[in-house]
Amino acid sequence: MSSAHFLSLSPAGVYCAAGDFFIDPLRPVARALITHGHSDHARAGHGHVLATRETLAIMAIRLGQGFAGRIQAIDYGDKLRLGSIDVSFHPAGHVIGSAQIRMADGKTIVVASGDYKREADPTCAGFEPITCDVFITEATFGLPVFRHSRTADEIARLLASQQLFPDRAHLVGAYALGKAQRVIALLRGAGYDRPIYLHGAMEKLCAFYERQGVELGDLLPVAANDRAKLAGEIVICPPGALQDLWSRKFPDPVAAFASGWMRVRARARQRGVELPLVISDHADWDGLTQTIVETRCEKVLVTHGEADALVHWARGRGLAAEPLHLLGYGDEEADSVPAESEA
Amino acid sequence: MNQFAELLDRLAFEPSRLGKLRLMSDFFRRTPDPERGYALAALTGALSFQHAKAGLIRGLITYRVDPVLFELSYDFVGDLSETVALLWPAPAENSSMGNDAPLLLSDVVRGLSATGKLDLARNLAGWLDSLDETGRWALLKLITGALRIGVSARLAKTALAELGGKTPNEIEEVWHGLAPPYLDLFAWLEGREARPDSSDPAPFCPAMLAHAIETKDFDELPPSGFSAEWKWDGIRVQAASGLAANGRRVTRLFSRTGEDVSGAFPDLTDCMAALPFENFSLDGELLILRERKVQPFSVLQQRLNRKTTSAKLLADFPAHVRAYDLMRHDGEDLRALPFAERRGRLESFVAHASCERLDLSPLVSFVSWAELAEARKNPAAFGAGADAEAIEGLMLKRRDSIYVPGRPKGLWYKWKRDPFTVDAVLMYAQRGHGKRSSYYSDFTFGVWRDEEEGARLVPVGKAYFGFTDAELRELDRYVRNNTANRFGPVREIIHGESQGLVLEIAFEGLNRSSRHKSGVAMRFPRIARIRWDKPAREADRIENLQALLKETGLGGSPAG
Ligand SMILES: [Zn+2]
Ligand SMILES: [Zn+2]
Repeated sequence: MSSAHFLSLSPAGVYCAAGDFFIDPLRPVARALITHGHSDHARAGHGHVLATRETLAIMAIRLGQGFAGRIQAIDYGDKLRLGSIDVSFHPAGHVIGSAQIRMADGKTIVVASGDYKREADPTCAGFEPITCDVFITEATFGLPVFRHSRTADEIARLLASQQLFPDRAHLVGAYALGKAQRVIALLRGAGYDRPIYLHGAMEKLCAFYERQGVELGDLLPVAANDRAKLAGEIVICPPGALQDLWSRKFPDPVAAFASGWMRVRARARQRGVELPLVISDHADWDGLTQTIVETRCEKVLVTHGEADALVHWARGRGLAAEPLHLLGYGDEEADSVPAESEA
Repeated sequence: MNQFAELLDRLAFEPSRLGKLRLMSDFFRRTPDPERGYALAALTGALSFQHAKAGLIRGLITYRVDPVLFELSYDFVGDLSETVALLWPAPAENSSMGNDAPLLLSDVVRGLSATGKLDLARNLAGWLDSLDETGRWALLKLITGALRIGVSARLAKTALAELGGKTPNEIEEVWHGLAPPYLDLFAWLEGREARPDSSDPAPFCPAMLAHAIETKDFDELPPSGFSAEWKWDGIRVQAASGLAANGRRVTRLFSRTGEDVSGAFPDLTDCMAALPFENFSLDGELLILRERKVQPFSVLQQRLNRKTTSAKLLADFPAHVRAYDLMRHDGEDLRALPFAERRGRLESFVAHASCERLDLSPLVSFVSWAELAEARKNPAAFGAGADAEAIEGLMLKRRDSIYVPGRPKGLWYKWKRDPFTVDAVLMYAQRGHGKRSSYYSDFTFGVWRDEEEGARLVPVGKAYFGFTDAELRELDRYVRNNTANRFGPVREIIHGESQGLVLEIAFEGLNRSSRHKSGVAMRFPRIARIRWDKPAREADRIENLQALLKETGLGGSPAG
């Protein structure tokens, strides 16, 4: 990371010595800037955590009140000085409260994207491109086979299937933070006004979104209902629950999964998904490349995901580009951990 | 084409057999002729045209997409047709495509049989431009001859049978006289016309299959009620012969599923056609014999992998049939006779035939299950002699069993020998293909060997199955989080005395190999268990494998 001279790589993740802070560190550190609340980015045990108000609230819900020694809320656009570095947070469009982090030392501007997407999302603030010299980007879906800009069609397919099989329950696997609420909001936007049923792992975060003013309509806990009687209903659950014993109590359930990975057939078949829904909270190939162009950066660093193709593409445009191969990120969508553990 | 593509897409995601049947019979019901007939032909592998080569498709896509991005995408997706379907650039909105009549499956089938190689590339590009992603995927699967969607020809015929209230075997009986788009077949099934005439002189008799035996079964089965024979490691085939209406003799070789494989084995088919019987159906195992010795499956595989059957190939890999059963002879259907009686007929058939490419699968005599267990452990000492390495276990057949198509319960059992196992350390991983594509699922593993600088891991094999779906995702994550180095698509996994993942590998045998650094090559290795608990330094050593080679002789017989 030579030309982003105030940043370096350490086993805990990306570190800024001049400001003495880490970004989304993988292990406990003295001072952490957290981009968003997914568990591969937001971990417990740091001395001092700086993040948006929403991210801090999500961390408290998931990790418990004492998740850090000290917390400090930052609003989008607020300026903050840490050591010799000017720091500000900007919307990333990934989940509620998600932020890109802009850092400047007077000579160089570096932006760390965190996870982000470019598609409109009714449940969070939209991504804002920030002009910079060095852009540190994710590349979860950094291959041109990934294009997921037809979310409305996917919701229409879900509703069509629900009409076609009124005697079957539709279980939609979705990560508890972000994806679940987005799927619900999209269903509401498509005019679906029947109650939507929630797996227990979804309840707290849906309630949090509603307190933030995101309207999700009539939500009912599955736990309070007889599962065998939910024929024809839509149920949102963690992806891991699709294959659980839990799912078998529903009448002839249709297993749907809302994820960018559903673009690849083997991923869907492997999980026994019958109705793959290509709905992603990460930038697709077009989103990644468009964003790199819009930041007008000279150098691209790729934190995690399918880095090779994006690096090749950026170099082809005359940009400097390097993969960082950071380990430990990306499992919020790719994992198989059931129920509560993650998103 | 759109409806057909939608059917394939849904079949590919439908896990249950019943669900697949419902999707297919629905499709046959609501799709008009001849589209449904061509779809049936596609599903049963009955369409014949020159398949498009992978090279042609790569050429089309790399003309439109950066070759490096294509290769990286292909490595991830693991399937050429799917990669190209996803990457194919959508034609501009205002192009004329939207106004054309939608592309039909029959257009494609006719186009394929009419066009030469040069036109194929141009036609294909045009077709791809006119389809959506699912359509492109289905088209590419079709024209590369790789429609693997979990539907066998038998299942498609079963769906068809449901349509007309018939049994699958009734379909099977008329099938070989018919050709796409099967207008007469659908007319019969829908009660509009009489049963199509198909006095096929050499019909396929649906094969009888065995269940795997379980330990508890032995308590209930009387040894005296059963015959035992070796389970040969070749290809189960059926030879059928008969006289056509014009007096000409028709002889065919079928696979276990009824696929006509005569073309791949002209040497054997000619021999069967020359037998001194005009009318028969014979069940057996296709094997390669050299100087009367049965060659291991790896040798047969070398013949199977060739696209053309040259004279040299036929001479180097002579195909034989080792006969198991006789279903039809001289106009008599023997299937309703008990096995013991059919066996008698078979013995005299083979003796009479006196053909050097046809012999009898010998019976293994035994009085108790314990004695048979000994034979299973050591076939060489129980009559198999030098052929032991081509044996994968035993077949147990009830002496009074009639020949029932399919896999009836309680009549025939297979008793495979136990695999060998070794604890090895994961060294390299690559992304897989098919069901495992896009995950790291091809694993190279090694065992310890003492070298000058101390113990080092030496690769001894590759495995890409044996694990559950959930284990596959755990392994994929392990690979991504424990990568030491990247060599193109290959990841080197952290391994050493104090770090690394131990895999329990099961395999069927061991061969000496000069091509492998370790000097050994495993047959049919797969991951039996993931030993998350076992430290890498406690994995097996190369001496364990070398001892196995010595103990069992080249190729190895089971250790039990
Ligand atoms: Zn995230
Ligand atoms: Zn992430």
